[in-house]
Amino acid sequence: MIARATHGRLTAAYLAVALVALLGGVLTGLAQALEHAGINVYPALAPAVQSYYHGLTLHGVLNVLVWTTFFICGFLPFVAIEALGVPPAARRLGWPTFWLMTGGLVLAAVPLVGNAASVMFTFYPPLKAHWAFYVGLTIVVIGTWLVTLQLALTWRVWRRANPAVRTPLPAFMALATFAMWTIASLGLAAEMLFMLIPWSLGWVGGTDALLARVLFWFTGHPIVYFWLLPAYVSWYTLMPRQVGGRLFSDPLARASFLLFLVLSTPLGFHHQYTDPGIHEGWKLVHAFLTFAVFFPSLLTFFNVVASLESGGRARGGRGLVSWFVRLPWGDPSVAAQVVAMLLFAFGGIGGLINASFSLNRLVHNTAWMPGHLHLTVGTAVTLSYMGITYWLIPHLRGRALWSRRLALAQVWLWAGGMVIFSNALHRLGLMGMPRRTMIGAAAYVQPEWKPLLPLVGLGGAVLTVSALLYFANILLTLVASRTEYPYGVAFAEAMSGADHAPAIFDRWRPWLVLAGVLIVLAYGPSLVRLIAETPLDTPGMRVW
Amino acid sequence: MSTPPAKRATTVYLYELAWILPSIAIPVGMLAALAVTAFGAGIHLPSVEGRVPATQVAQHPPFDAPGVKQTGPGQYEVVMTSQIWAFAPSEIRLPAGSTVTFVTTSKDVVHGLLIPRAHVNVMLLPGQISRVTARFEKPGEYAMFCHEYCGIAHHTMWGKIIVEPRS
Repeated sequence: MIARATHGRLTAAYLAVALVALLGGVLTGLAQALEHAGINVYPALAPAVQSYYHGLTLHGVLNVLVWTTFFICGFLPFVAIEALGVPPAARRLGWPTFWLMTGGLVLAAVPLVGNAASVMFTFYPPLKAHWAFYVGLTIVVIGTWLVTLQLALTWRVWRRANPAVRTPLPAFMALATFAMWTIASLGLAAEMLFMLIPWSLGWVGGTDALLARVLFWFTGHPIVYFWLLPAYVSWYTLMPRQVGGRLFSDPLARASFLLFLVLSTPLGFHHQYTDPGIHEGWKLVHAFLTFAVFFPSLLTFFNVVASLESGGRARGGRGLVSWFVRLPWGDPSVAAQVVAMLLFAFGGIGGLINASFSLNRLVHNTAWMPGHLHLTVGTAVTLSYMGITYWLIPHLRGRALWSRRLALAQVWLWAGGMVIFSNALHRLGLMGMPRRTMIGAAAYVQPEWKPLLPLVGLGGAVLTVSALLYFANILLTLVASRTEYPYGVAFAEAMSGADHAPAIFDRWRPWLVLAGVLIVLAYGPSLVRLIAETPLDTPGMRVW
Repeated sequence: MSTPPAKRATTVYLYELAWILPSIAIPVGMLAALAVTAFGAGIHLPSVEGRVPATQVAQHPPFDAPGVKQTGPGQYEVVMTSQIWAFAPSEIRLPAGSTVTFVTTSKDVVHGLLIPRAHVNVMLLPGQISRVTARFEKPGEYAMFCHEYCGIAHHTMWGKIIVEPRS
């Protein structure tokens, strides 16, 4: 075990930034939900939030980009280093990486807060934000690559000392996640470095909407796995033990992460089914690959549920259902993550609909999408991360969670609020209500939307209450909790252990090569054609 | 543990296999169903339809003459442009039972065209021509919305298609 001081502080620093971002995202989110319900609070929020769309951009950037990325860069290296049992190899890289990322974030935040970058978290050109927004976000991405480097160097040190041993599962998963992300983020990096940054600085006169979108979605789909896989790390390697059971199959868990590494990236066109300028045939290829990545998701579903079941049965559960009832529902960390899984089932089903070649046109860019995104990144990811912090923050602080009851109330409020909120948005989407739109001010509100719009506000309000209880509990844990919390991260043991996995599961090169080949096949022809024939001639506009 | 480790591993292996096989079958089955329904119903996604210079959309055919044009019995072509924050034309009249091909693009930022009742859903990107075909069977008003954020008055960007009963 590594001493708490050596890497716990760095993790705590990342978590602090993540939590501040989440708070900002939650507060701006409430204003949007209320707006849909007919309560326009924006006049009261000026000049901090200058418009609905300013608030919406803040909400998206803070929640899906900052909260996730900083949480992941704190959490995954923490579990990897605990599992490997060696200190970070490049000690001098740790804090500079954190400060680089935080510096990039501050740089991006200046125009963001000042309404000079109200372009949503997807920042589609030719909407043109201030250059500092693009440069700042790019610096954050470069910071994540340094985290990958740190993990890889640390693994290599461990490997030299343990040549014949399988990589411990938590470290393996952290490495696979960061390897996947590093490959996937190349699209976004290219969009920033070759298109958006020179254009926003005035070095080149124009840009191109389609090429930018292709590069964005190269990263934009795998980024959801970058958010999701850390939750899976907890579901696979920590939760089985938290519920008193064992991981069902270590080899199957490795297989699913390797498949995510290979399959996450070459499928971004399913976000662009309705885009012109991309051949229909390539869209179909990406549809096939999207359904292929459903396979490791199903493996995860089975393995995680079987592991939970082993815990429920060890706690006296019998039969088909009672093992589930016997899970330790009084532990907020467990309750949060099991509830996150339950709601994620609906997010997964919705995701299959989105990815469907033919059904996508019913839901693309409608309110269905934020409904979907709030079940996935807003619940499967965010509620799982909250559940993780319910043990991780007491662990780092050395003090028990301030109130278990408050935490349990928070979890169930989140579930209830999300069911109301997300259901309403899904249904509004099916009725053709556009997303990212100031509906309360729109002239075209259809009569059938009207009964559902108040539910968006109600759900959003319940979610906000839940989030505020969460922040209060975390704050009180930090400042007011007096009960000691013992140090020591305990990972789950497996029924079928790492030694049952084929040796190739512990090699990186074949999988990285396979991932690269699939990307070249799926993206190569379209990208080469677009780069060759696209003039960068579209001028930028600031129209917000 | 009463079960010997070797046997336990075998049991796990059998369970794994019993799950892996349906996990392959489920996505493959879904994909097959999807392909059959999509191609059976003749559903097409927007594809490569060519470019127009993003800064001179109005000078280039077909966008130099926006409007509705009959191309055959019950067949229409609608040439439409989008810009902040309007479609042009923003009100279109068609007879019921028409098959309509929309040829559209954007003159400035990214817009979208969503006609929920006709299942039209396409992105409008400056520099790209979008072409989609839809049927307008029932008489009535079909609202069309911009469904991509396009600036401060995005929520005011909409139009109507009025489908008139056949006389």
